Parts: sequence; C-alpha cells; structure tokens
Amino acid sequence: MDVTFQFDWQAAIASLPHLLTGIPWTLLISFGGLAIGFLIGIVFGLLRISPLRLLRWPAAIYIEIFRGTPVLVQVLFIFYGLPQLLGGPINAIVAGIAAIALNAGAYISEIVRGGVQSIEKGQREAGLSLGLSRTDTFRYIIWPQALRRMIPALGNQGIVSIKDTSLFSVIGVGELVRQGQVYIATTFTALEVYLMVALLYLAITLSLSFALRLLERKGLVGQ
Amino acid sequence: MNDSQQDSTTPIVTLEKVNKYFGSLHVMQDIDLEIAAGEVVVIVGASGSGKSTLIRCVNGLEEFQSGRIVVDGNELTPYGKGGKSLQTIRTEVGMVFQQFNLFPHLSVHANVTLAPEKVRGLNNTKAREIADRLLERVGITDQADKYPSQLSGGQQQRVALARALAMEPRLMLFDEPTSALDPEMIGEVLDAMRELANEGMTMMIVTHEMGFAREVADRVIFVHGGRIVEQGTPQEVFDRPQHERTQAFLSRVLKH
Repeated sequence: MDVTFQFDWQAAIASLPHLLTGIPWTLLISFGGLAIGFLIGIVFGLLRISPLRLLRWPAAIYIEIFRGTPVLVQVLFIFYGLPQLLGGPINAIVAGIAAIALNAGAYISEIVRGGVQSIEKGQREAGLSLGLSRTDTFRYIIWPQALRRMIPALGNQGIVSIKDTSLFSVIGVGELVRQGQVYIATTFTALEVYLMVALLYLAITLSLSFALRLLERKGLVGQ
Repeated sequence: MNDSQQDSTTPIVTLEKVNKYFGSLHVMQDIDLEIAAGEVVVIVGASGSGKSTLIRCVNGLEEFQSGRIVVDGNELTPYGKGGKSLQTIRTEVGMVFQQFNLFPHLSVHANVTLAPEKVRGLNNTKAREIADRLLERVGITDQADKYPSQLSGGQQQRVALARALAMEPRLMLFDEPTSALDPEMIGEVLDAMRELANEGMTMMIVTHEMGFAREVADRVIFVHGGRIVEQGTPQEVFDRPQHERTQAFLSRVLKH
C-alpha cells in the first residue's frame, strides 16, 4: 500500500477552539426547544387523555403529524416554507428551536400521557375521597408520581433532540456540525474534526444521562 | 347549616331507589337504605354482589343512573351531577380501601397532613398535631418520617385509617379493609376499627370478616345480585337467616 494515513491528533486538538463556538448554539437550540417541548408535551399529553373528545382529537392530530414526519423536513418547512406565508424571513435559530419544540413536544405528549395513565386508579380515588379537588388530586398526587416515572423516557427524548440539532446545519445555524464543516473546508481534516464533533456530542449527552440518573436516584425514595 | 346535624333521628345516609348499571349489568337494583348517626353497618355478600359498589356510590366514586343519595343533608344525583355537594360529601366521608392506596411519594406524615392542609386550609403545625395524635391512636409511632413502602401491610392500612380520620369525617366507609392483608396483620386493623366504632363513629363496612361483623355491627346487610336481600342485627342475620340466599352464603363462608 502506498497510501498510509496517520491520524493527526494535533489537527484534531487544533480544531477544538473553533468547534467549541458551535456548542452554545447546539445547547441553546436543544434546551430551548426541549423546554418549550416539555410545556407542549404537558399540555397536549393531558389534552390527549381528556374526557372531552373535542380536546382529545386536536391533540392526537398534532402528535401524529409531528411524530410522523422527519424533523429535518419540519425545520425546512419552517425556515424556507413559512416565510412565504408570513412575508418575511425567519431567524434560523428560532426555526431550529421551533422545530425541536414541536417535534419533541409530540413525543413528550405521549410520554406524559403514558406516565399519567400508569398511576394506579386507587391513587386518584384516595385523593378524591379525602375531599381534594380533581385539580389538587392531580397536582399533589398523580403528577409527582407520574413525573418520576417519566424521567427515563424524558432523558431519551432529550438525547434524541440534542442529536437532531445537528441536522440544522442545513439551514445555516452555526451549531456544532456546521462549525465542523466550516473548519474542514479550509483544513481538509475531515477524519479528525468529525471525530471531535462526535466526541463533543457524546460529552453533552453523557452529561445529561448522568444528571438524569442522579435525579432518578434521588426520586427513588418513597417509591 | 342544615337541621340534620342536630336531629339524631334523621339518617346521616339515605339511599332512595338507587339503580346502577355497568353496561347491561344491573349492579344496584332499587336500593333503599337509611343509616343513622353512630350506626355501624356491615355489608356482606359474595364477590360481584354489588356491596363495594354500594359504598362507593355514597362518596361518589361510582356514578349511579337513577334514584338519589343524601349524605348529611347533601344530595348526590344520578350521573355524578353532584357538583358542589359531591365535594362537600367527600370532605365529610372518609374511606379506607382494600389496597390501602397510600401516596407512595409522600412520607407517612405527609400522607396524613395533605388533605387537612389543602382542603381544610390548616397550617402545617396544626395539621402535624392532628397527624401525630391520629398516628399514635392507630399505633403508628416513630414511623412518621418513613415512606409507605417501608411499612408492613397492616401498618399501611392503619396509616390509611389515620389519613381518613384527619379530615374529621362524620362517616367512614371501609371497602374490604383487611382483604389484602397477611392473616397475622388482620387483627391490628380490626382492633383499630373496633376502637373507632366504640367511639361512636358512623361506619359502613364491606368485609368478609364475619366474626368481626358479628361483634361490632349494629346491623348486617346481606347483598345479592345488586339487591338488599336481608338485613337485621348480627344475631338475626347470622343465626336465623330468613332468605335462602343468605343461608346459602353463610353456610359457605362460616363453614371454615
């Protein structure tokens, strides 16, 4: 073999300062989107199990649409499609956050629904029989228990959404992957840089896993 | 205020021609029943006879389709249209469940103080005083900071009793309170219930503990096929049952 390739650790390390400039955007889109997605998930997850069909249906339709279409298509639609309707451009960061929020929101709705439905019927009955209102029964009895059971699934969704933000390089958001591409364009060190990009994603997702595991362990008391 | 609270002859619970269906199954058929303040009523019958459903209708955990139920002057109407009175009834009627249904995410103390704080609006200090007194009364001491899962079944059920009593109910419902317990723990729960009965609490108890029923009940009601087939003092129902259904049921459960 006349072509030998050496992994250039120096090139990998040298790319770090540039790559790190993408991290704040990755985190902003991920956690901004997830925070809004969590609120969406609570609202639509609860609507989904409402006794009123009029509330259940819109929630079900939203969930099916945003769970059933790729997040890449969703962000392209928001970033390139919506401006045609609105008559003005949409900021790429805003489009990214919106896509994560809507996509994760659909999945989290189902997590919330499952979590709430997993709580034994007797818990609700015990709350009501003590004279607590339906709202208070939910707030003090059902929800805290449901939330605890939802943590592993929410963690999964968090990790999925963080990785999904890598797709937003296509709309020019200066996140981690985009910064890698920009850097490689002048240095031609794809192997080293993409490995570093991968490791940085891993660092973010492992931190989240670890934090959630701590939270779960703390929450185990009393279960 | 209503007069019924002063007038001891007015029943604290009245069921009039109550009918309930689960789909096509007619689980309560024209139930008429009056319970006086201070009365201890034990409801017996085979499983599926509708006895649990009957007491669950009294605090609105089950809806019924026709008739009416009045609890301490508050009326429940068919299809759960109780509105405000449903909430009032639930604050005045305590319930103990077969599966305890303690709140697993709350300490024993918090299980007992939750409703007094959120429903009665008591401050934490006052609620804890009540909880301490009731937990001591049911024999749960030095366990207040534990979580339900750290207690035995018998202890959990006694905490559940304290939790219900913390709302100072005028009526207590018991839905097979010892059926999920290991045999050696049944006695401690029955003891706590016996004490409550001796203090004059109005109680509606669904149970299979016939010895306990005979000893504590003022009245025994035998339910079969969604109807009250026979009722009377424990001696009347257990020793001289008139109806053949009652005789058949008792011969099965008293045999062993």
